[in-house]
Amino acid sequence: MSLHPDLTQLIFGRLTWHEILPEPIVVGTFIVVALGGLALLAVITYFKLWGYLWREWFTSIDHKKIGVMYIILGLVMLLRGFSDAIMMRAQQAISFGHNVGYLPPDHYDQIFTAHGVIMIFFVAMPLVTGMMNFVMPLQIGARDVAFPFLNNFSFWMTVSGAVLVMMSLFVGEFARTGWLAYPPLSGIVSSPDAGVDYYIWALQIAGVGTLLSGVNLLTTIIKMRAPGMTLMRMPVFTWTALCTNVLIVAAFPVLTVALAMLALDRYAGTNFFTTVLGGNAMMYVNLIWIWGHPEVYILILPAFGIFSEVTATFSQKRLFGYASMVYATVVITVLSYLVWLHHFFTMGSGASVNSFFGITTMIISIPTGAKIFNWLFTMFRGRITFEVPMLWTVGFIVTFAIGGMTGVLLAVPPADFSLHNSLFLIAHFHNVIIGGVLFGLFAGINYWFPKAFGFKLDPFWGKCSFWFWLIGFYFAFMPLYVLGLMGVTRRLSHFDDPSLQIWFELAAFGAFLILLGIFSMLIQFAVSFMRREQLRDKTGDPWNGRTLEWSTSSPPPKYNFAFTPLVHDIDAWWQMKQHRYQRPLGGFRSIHMPKNTGAGIIMAGFATVFGFAMIWYMWPLAIISFVALLATAIGHTFNYQRDYYLPTEEVAQAEASRTELLAHV
Amino acid sequence: MLRLMLQMNSIRPIARGPLFGVPCLHKQYPFPFSVASPVMSMKAFRRLLLLGLIPLSGCHSVLMSPSGDLALQQRNLIIDSLILMLLIVVPVILMALLFAWHYRASNKKAHYDPEWSHSTMLELLIWSAPLLIIIALGALTWVSAHKLDPFRPLDRLAAGKPVPVDAKPLEVDVVALDWKWLFIYPEQNMAVVNELAAPVDRPIRFRITASSVMNSFFIPAMAGQIYAMPGMVTELHAVINKPGEFDGFSANFSGDGFNHMTFVFHGLSDDDFAQWVQKVKAGGGELSRDEYVKLAQPSEQVPVHYYEGVAPGLFMAILGNCVPAGSTCVDNRAAGTAVEEGAMNSGHDSNGTAAMPMATTQ
Repeated sequence: MSLHPDLTQLIFGRLTWHEILPEPIVVGTFIVVALGGLALLAVITYFKLWGYLWREWFTSIDHKKIGVMYIILGLVMLLRGFSDAIMMRAQQAISFGHNVGYLPPDHYDQIFTAHGVIMIFFVAMPLVTGMMNFVMPLQIGARDVAFPFLNNFSFWMTVSGAVLVMMSLFVGEFARTGWLAYPPLSGIVSSPDAGVDYYIWALQIAGVGTLLSGVNLLTTIIKMRAPGMTLMRMPVFTWTALCTNVLIVAAFPVLTVALAMLALDRYAGTNFFTTVLGGNAMMYVNLIWIWGHPEVYILILPAFGIFSEVTATFSQKRLFGYASMVYATVVITVLSYLVWLHHFFTMGSGASVNSFFGITTMIISIPTGAKIFNWLFTMFRGRITFEVPMLWTVGFIVTFAIGGMTGVLLAVPPADFSLHNSLFLIAHFHNVIIGGVLFGLFAGINYWFPKAFGFKLDPFWGKCSFWFWLIGFYFAFMPLYVLGLMGVTRRLSHFDDPSLQIWFELAAFGAFLILLGIFSMLIQFAVSFMRREQLRDKTGDPWNGRTLEWSTSSPPPKYNFAFTPLVHDIDAWWQMKQHRYQRPLGGFRSIHMPKNTGAGIIMAGFATVFGFAMIWYMWPLAIISFVALLATAIGHTFNYQRDYYLPTEEVAQAEASRTELLAHV
Repeated sequence: MLRLMLQMNSIRPIARGPLFGVPCLHKQYPFPFSVASPVMSMKAFRRLLLLGLIPLSGCHSVLMSPSGDLALQQRNLIIDSLILMLLIVVPVILMALLFAWHYRASNKKAHYDPEWSHSTMLELLIWSAPLLIIIALGALTWVSAHKLDPFRPLDRLAAGKPVPVDAKPLEVDVVALDWKWLFIYPEQNMAVVNELAAPVDRPIRFRITASSVMNSFFIPAMAGQIYAMPGMVTELHAVINKPGEFDGFSANFSGDGFNHMTFVFHGLSDDDFAQWVQKVKAGGGELSRDEYVKLAQPSEQVPVHYYEGVAPGLFMAILGNCVPAGSTCVDNRAAGTAVEEGAMNSGHDSNGTAAMPMATTQ
């Protein structure tokens, strides 16, 4: 049976068989991914885990489980983003002179675009959001976030964006524009295919999730702190989470608007960013960086928070200069909106404008420098144990100092005229994002893992991972600094000058070491799971911690705290331990709890279909899925059975089993 | 200063010796202890410092050994800023390692004070130390950003060599096309694809735009880059001080043919430049508007091509997106200036914003 061509086009838009699996390398990738996926589905089915996953995880509105799911999403996407990275490193290491390497430019261009998009939006963001989701409510003594259902929905919207990016591997292709998709290159004239549309809709859908999650966490911190926890008694990680969510709420709408305008240019023929009819591409560049620079701090601030917690805990000492740490965080938050133009000094703003933005950028290094000194003086007169999180922290301080320095150098406009878009820039931002954000997240994962799962991570494989990453980082990116000074620009897939090759080979070796670091981490998870009985944390406080999350059992009960704690000090749990705090053993009451719901995952599923339909111009499907999305949202408002009371007996039982566990420590 | 040492060393190269088999590094800077002297001399010490700065001083590092005055001043600025920041970064790194080692839990001799978390003196110090560095760097930034503004006409050809009063800069109009460079020489009424030449020690004034997408015009040996953007014009005032062949390329990704957005820039003596102009003018046809429309079609690995003449007002028409006959310019003024070329040439304010859409130029 064959459909009428017009009807086919109406239903399938511009999607044809030709778009599916166009390239041999992609076919190989597809087979691997498909086999892996099938194996995973088979295992889940064989062990009859679908019901469990649906009930306990996918529909869960527990902030702890959502946090864990965010982190799993981030780690899975890290594997994808890193595959892109190592493909680029391999291409650049061999593609010299007559050897054109194994990636044609149009494929290479997709890879570096996807690498950037995935690493920022679908690795760093989910990891950061997951960390805040899991830790922050526990730190402020709350039972959940302010809007538990919204939290579940936000997570699935982020997944939806990730799914669309992954789909572009196999159906059509991804954008070939660089990760910020500057017009006119990303306009319909220069990029007529579906790549940029994948980019737009993946980020728009994930952006909804990010923005709602920002609103949610911000409200939680403002409204749900335990009694006694004034703003100046909040743990530093919560402070950084507060600032990050302020940034998210203020910055992400700008991204949404910029992408919506780009989408209008592409779909509706408007001229916001075109060269004709009054359009101006620089407007997009301004907008995207007004979001883009705060985004950098959205990522790094929670990492700073993690380092603060880790340094104080493993130095067994109060954080030095708490107040100055808080003010530094707030100053960075404000200043992060005043520096965006430093990303395009070379677009010809006048000298005074460039100087202004250069100097504001440098000013950010003052609070950042103060923070680094605060960590140093926290270690000073401490008693430091070098558990894995602390190793990441020391590695961070050293590495980040270098990355910060090259960043300030790039903020000097005339220096930037030489270094802009060079591999020096690439080295710089990987220096701060890997050496800052990622090291922080890895420290955080190792630090809070026992809280989430009830057993510590295996330290041997953790240390392997740390050293491979650290040494791999220096091998991979120091050569790029050198290449940048040799005038090598970014996003090239072929070189003529053979004297550059040795540096690219060194960088590729570094990427290989990082690969070993990632493998070590995966092995670490597996080994820890197998050795979970030896690594069991019965106390709930494996590191002799300082903040409230360590007062709960590991993993915490779903209600977190049977009684809302009273806070008298910055390091609330430390102070409670000092005053020989006694856990209440009776007098429990039933607890008001939110109920799981499938609405979030269903709505996000419709959003994925909607995004896919918009990308391929399948208008009827787009309309149907959007209506279904709205209908589910409205239908969900009529669901009045959203909460229940956890009976007193269950609370008492859960607390009693903890009492018993503690007795056996 | 280290910069000075860099220069001294390149003036007086000493014995050569291979270094770890790493290409490039051994050519200029010998191993520090190759000097036949029983004690480490001052020279050797300088070279040791340089060895630490190898990435900054390698012979292929075009940014660290440039051939144009602007790039040289940018190089010096990079080194000065780095030194200024190293003043604080080196102590931080050392302190991190020292504190981590000294206060390790197994060192029972280390003083442990779990409640010590505040010291007004220290707080003052840790905020003011970075502040002082940033004040110095901020001043450097303000001055250098104005002095090295690409829109600002040059006031010197090299250190101690001011621009002669009667010097008229060489005009070159640059158009980034998909994916090749077009250089229009209005004075000579000629145009060249993917090759650029200029006389040594004569100021050059580039006006830069693009046909379809953003590129960045960059000759690292001569001066820093500036974007080439459709519908907008940027400027670069620069000079090349040494004869030679230098790499030029686009430093902003512009699509699938980006790899080949390269050209050679020839720094030539006055005589050689005159000869080169003769060569260009010797044939190759005229770059008419129709010819330009054909040239602007996307193409890769385009060989060097000379045009002996250029249609009048072509650059302004490119800027106004109205090259094909009968098309309307984006801005009326652009249409006007397309006829009387030169309206753009006069009175550009070097402090103002320059990369602006045509609609707001002047």
